[in-house]
Amino acid sequence: MLRFILRRTLFGLLTLWLITLAVFVLFYMATPGDPALMFAGEFATADQIAMVRARLGLDQPVHIQYLRYMWALLHFDFGMSFVNQEEVLTTILRRMPATISLALGSVGIWLLVAIPAGIFSARRSGQASDRLITMMALAGMSFPTFVVGTLLFYVFFFLLTNAGFPVFPSGGFVPITRDPGEWLRHMLLPWATLAVVGTGTYTRIARGSMLETLNQDYVRTARAKGLGERRVMYKHALPPAMTPVMTLVGLDLGGLLGGTIITERIWGLNGVGSLAVQAVETGDLPVIMGTVLIAALFVVLANLLVDVLQALRDPRVRLG
Amino acid sequence: MSDIPASTVHPAPPALNTRQRVISQLLRDKAAMAALTVIILLVLTAIFAPLIVMVLGHGPNEQFRDIGLTPGGVPLPPGPNFLLGTDVVGRDLLARLVVGTQITILVAVTCALTAIAIGIAVGMLAGFRGGLIDTMLSGFVDVVLGLPLLITAVALVSVYGASFPIMMGTIIFFTWGPVARVVRNLVVATKEGEFVDAARMLGASDLRIMVREILPNIAGQVIVYGSLLIPQVIVLEASLSFLGLGVPPPTATWGGIIAENQTNYAVAWWTILFPALFLLAATLAFNVLGDGLRDALDPSSERRTK
Repeated sequence: MLRFILRRTLFGLLTLWLITLAVFVLFYMATPGDPALMFAGEFATADQIAMVRARLGLDQPVHIQYLRYMWALLHFDFGMSFVNQEEVLTTILRRMPATISLALGSVGIWLLVAIPAGIFSARRSGQASDRLITMMALAGMSFPTFVVGTLLFYVFFFLLTNAGFPVFPSGGFVPITRDPGEWLRHMLLPWATLAVVGTGTYTRIARGSMLETLNQDYVRTARAKGLGERRVMYKHALPPAMTPVMTLVGLDLGGLLGGTIITERIWGLNGVGSLAVQAVETGDLPVIMGTVLIAALFVVLANLLVDVLQALRDPRVRLG
Repeated sequence: MSDIPASTVHPAPPALNTRQRVISQLLRDKAAMAALTVIILLVLTAIFAPLIVMVLGHGPNEQFRDIGLTPGGVPLPPGPNFLLGTDVVGRDLLARLVVGTQITILVAVTCALTAIAIGIAVGMLAGFRGGLIDTMLSGFVDVVLGLPLLITAVALVSVYGASFPIMMGTIIFFTWGPVARVVRNLVVATKEGEFVDAARMLGASDLRIMVREILPNIAGQVIVYGSLLIPQVIVLEASLSFLGLGVPPPTATWGGIIAENQTNYAVAWWTILFPALFLLAATLAFNVLGDGLRDALDPSSERRTK
């Protein structure tokens, strides 16, 4: 088991290193325009620009620049923002609460809906109720997030508020530590925005996985032994059927923690995703690279965690 | 379950080949047929877009500030002159949606086909040869999947500028990897088959085995994956356009139209509802068709017992 974890960790580190390389090549080297010019601002003199260039190490050869960049990354130093001269890591950490609230809440909602719906659908496969759930799930999957967000905004903020029921705010984020009630009120619509697509997708996955498990020989054996339907369902079939679902949840959660651009933008949540967009709009290269790298870190960590958890449950994974 | 599916009791139906069976199964799937109809309508709209725009009499980028807006400068609701109303600068919404359909279908089909072609080539090579190529491919796909899709896409498009080729390149870059991974796994599972050994004993080259023996065997699943990739590409394109990073304005795209009109939802709901409906019709149709295809191609599919 230890060997498996070690191997997977090494592999994760390798992937992460390749991603830093990709980010360096894509953004640092290939950027049209001079980063020193962006950093120094448009009114800087030639001397000031040269000074900035020297301070950022931009006058060094590419491989030296890369080594310095990697050395800094190894110390969790993502550099300074061009725009407000703040440490990139500090900025990102300040944006994390909104992104974490959004990710955990919406994943929670979609699992609470999708797993029961998927199981229900699998048990009645081919019947009218299964078809109805399948159609609803496919519809959910087909909704682009920005369309869901825009429609929810229109109906639950605009129409409701105009009708004299200002139940939901138009957006913004309130930290849970400041006011849990307001936090919830501000998060419900963003959660719903993100949960529609997730619920559709996971209902399909849960249904498929459950159906496959129910067709296994050991489930038939359990039935043949005369076990009650409830026991067969929840003790024998459910745990293995949920394994692929949990794997995907881990991966999706890793992706969401890296920032959800569209939902954060529509609902004015100051998370990592909207930070990335702002950085893009202002050409703040260190922040762009920092947000991409942090997001990649979450994905790689989620991958690692999911693999290890699966190996703990299933010896075939760690030996295979 | 005590009731035995009827089909296991009846004598087996006359043997059909796989293609006939899949097609007849699909023809009986009402949802899939409805989806196919919607797709055909969208494709026809795309093909005849210039003609439809001509009949409408309003260019997609033509601003009718005099007859397309109320005296107060507010967009017109759906009416006889502008069938689906006008947008914030008095352009014919239907004309823009029709042109948007053309661009969306073009982008979706081109990107999906390219991603699938690259995915098949790389995935087959990796799965068939194994070894170093396989390791390198898996590593590369891991890196691509490790990059946060939308953030990287937004950053890329912003650095290199929003344009048609950059957007398509970004979409293909992020979609071919998973295809390659799926194909690779299918090939690994297929290449141990006896028919592959038989072909090799007959002296078939690697290329021939890959193209003539393995590819037909995995084609079904690749087609399913492809039909499910198209709605993903449509959503990605619309999302990029929505963020202002797709096809540059004034060219009409579904996502772009929603973005342009996002601030005047209060006075002109139609400018958001209709593009959203077009978008939803397209993604839903492809998802339903893909789902039907998967059911039809899967021999263990439960719906066939009905």
